[in-house]
Amino acid sequence: MAYSDKVIDHYNNPRNVGQMDKSSDEVGTGLVGAPECGDVMRLQIRVNPETQVIEEAKFKTFGCGSAIASSSLATEWVKGKTVAEALEIKNTDIVKELALPPVKIHCSVLAEDAIRAAIGDWKKKNGVAETAEAVAVAAH
Amino acid sequence: MSTLANSPVLPAGVTLPIYMDNHATSQMDPRVLEAMLPFFTEKFGNAASRNHSFGWAAEQAVEHAREQIAKLIGATAKEIIFTSGATESNNLAIKGIAEMYKERGNHIITQVTEHKAVLDTCKRLEKHGYRVTYLPVKADGLIDLEDLKRAIDDKTILVTIMAANNEIGVIQPIAEIGKLCHEKGVIFHTDGVQAIGKIPVDVNAMNIDVLSLTAHKLYGPKGVGALYVRRRNPRVQISAQIDGGGHERGMRSGTLNVPSIVGFGKACEIAREEMATEAARLQGLRDRLRKKLESELDYVEINGSWDHRLPGNLNMSFVYVEGESLLMGINDVAVSSGSACTSATLEPSYVLKALGLGDDVAHSSIRFGLGRFNNEAEVDYVADKVIGIVKKLRELSPLYEMVKEGIDLSKIEWAAH
Repeated sequence: MAYSDKVIDHYNNPRNVGQMDKSSDEVGTGLVGAPECGDVMRLQIRVNPETQVIEEAKFKTFGCGSAIASSSLATEWVKGKTVAEALEIKNTDIVKELALPPVKIHCSVLAEDAIRAAIGDWKKKNGVAETAEAVAVAAH
Repeated sequence: MSTLANSPVLPAGVTLPIYMDNHATSQMDPRVLEAMLPFFTEKFGNAASRNHSFGWAAEQAVEHAREQIAKLIGATAKEIIFTSGATESNNLAIKGIAEMYKERGNHIITQVTEHKAVLDTCKRLEKHGYRVTYLPVKADGLIDLEDLKRAIDDKTILVTIMAANNEIGVIQPIAEIGKLCHEKGVIFHTDGVQAIGKIPVDVNAMNIDVLSLTAHKLYGPKGVGALYVRRRNPRVQISAQIDGGGHERGMRSGTLNVPSIVGFGKACEIAREEMATEAARLQGLRDRLRKKLESELDYVEINGSWDHRLPGNLNMSFVYVEGESLLMGINDVAVSSGSACTSATLEPSYVLKALGLGDDVAHSSIRFGLGRFNNEAEVDYVADKVIGIVKKLRELSPLYEMVKEGIDLSKIEWAAH
């Protein structure tokens, strides 16, 4: 599979790899995918309680090069954004930025789901009202 | 000095990229090419031209190749039919027998880990009134002979079971299958593509009636194959699938691909002469590769029987790492993965699944196929490279982290998608 330079760069130099304390109220954790499907992403955000700005993001991904690149890019994009702004990130933006081939669009969807799941987890912990969108993600 | 400073220093014997995908195809042996060359230019005749010396020279070369090929499998030259490759050979064998013997019965037996050229051919026949039994395999990839015995009934006309598997290199008990088929009066076809020239195959000792071969897996050219069709005890008849000039005893019309046939013959001759020493050498390389990988990495699994395996095959799962991302990290080494992340579906290898492997483990598999042109330095280079990448990807893997923390992954409710 011929990947774009951006995918290869994220694969070779993944950004924000690691984990944060899941039990912290400031941290939201999203775990999406399934091992039998060949990809699992865990994306975490640390949100400033005053400003609702995502100050830190971490990920770990089991998956193909596109899955690794999509989640690495997602952590970069959510950092510095407010929770509301992060929810605006669409999988199609990831596809465009990484020039993912059509068969790999799935990986970008997973990354979008991971962002939403992490935000959903944070909202739940902090008693922030779920948006209709976030509820839909949690249900699926 | 300045130009050299930028190129990595490679150990002696290693040039990049390294080819370790010999189940897919193999590099042509220079001795094969040398034998072929005159047949493109000065000896260009049509082997079917009976009235001039160009035709005679071509025919003579084809007959010599027929003998070389026959000798590798213990057959006679008259029993070799040339085709375009093993896919055509498998189609011709299965469809040709099904059509020829339909008065006798409509039942065919095969197994779930066959190549698609066999499985898809069988599926097509099912649409035309044939009944097909797909035997399961055990966890080691071998069929159970008792299953086969039970599956044969009075309508069975053909058993088609491959000699060695293209993914896991597992060698089926061909001689026992052949014996059973002959006792029951059923024709036995085997797809010998991966086995021929790698392990001894003798059509008489093993009671093989029909055998598919191809040149490019044993260091010959692509686009040429053959079908062995037994002429006596029993005489097997095959209904032609391509009609025309009546070439190849009427079983496969079409002008013979003389240069490739010459190369195929030469490839078989070399394989026969060097098989014993080469098999031992490849097995040594393969065992070295396995040992190195296992000594540095945890959670690795061998897929398929270790004892009944082609000497050059190592199929291994690096659990908690996905196969395609592993391949990306060793992009100067050509190997294959049973992961489906390169395809549109999310289904990993059906062969690995047939062994009972979980999808997650199947997604993590790599097939190393060692061949004639690999050496020890390459094996060491590849092993080091794989070890480095697997360790790096496991640092990235949430699954590996969870397992290390003692979390039971099977207890997690994954959001399947």
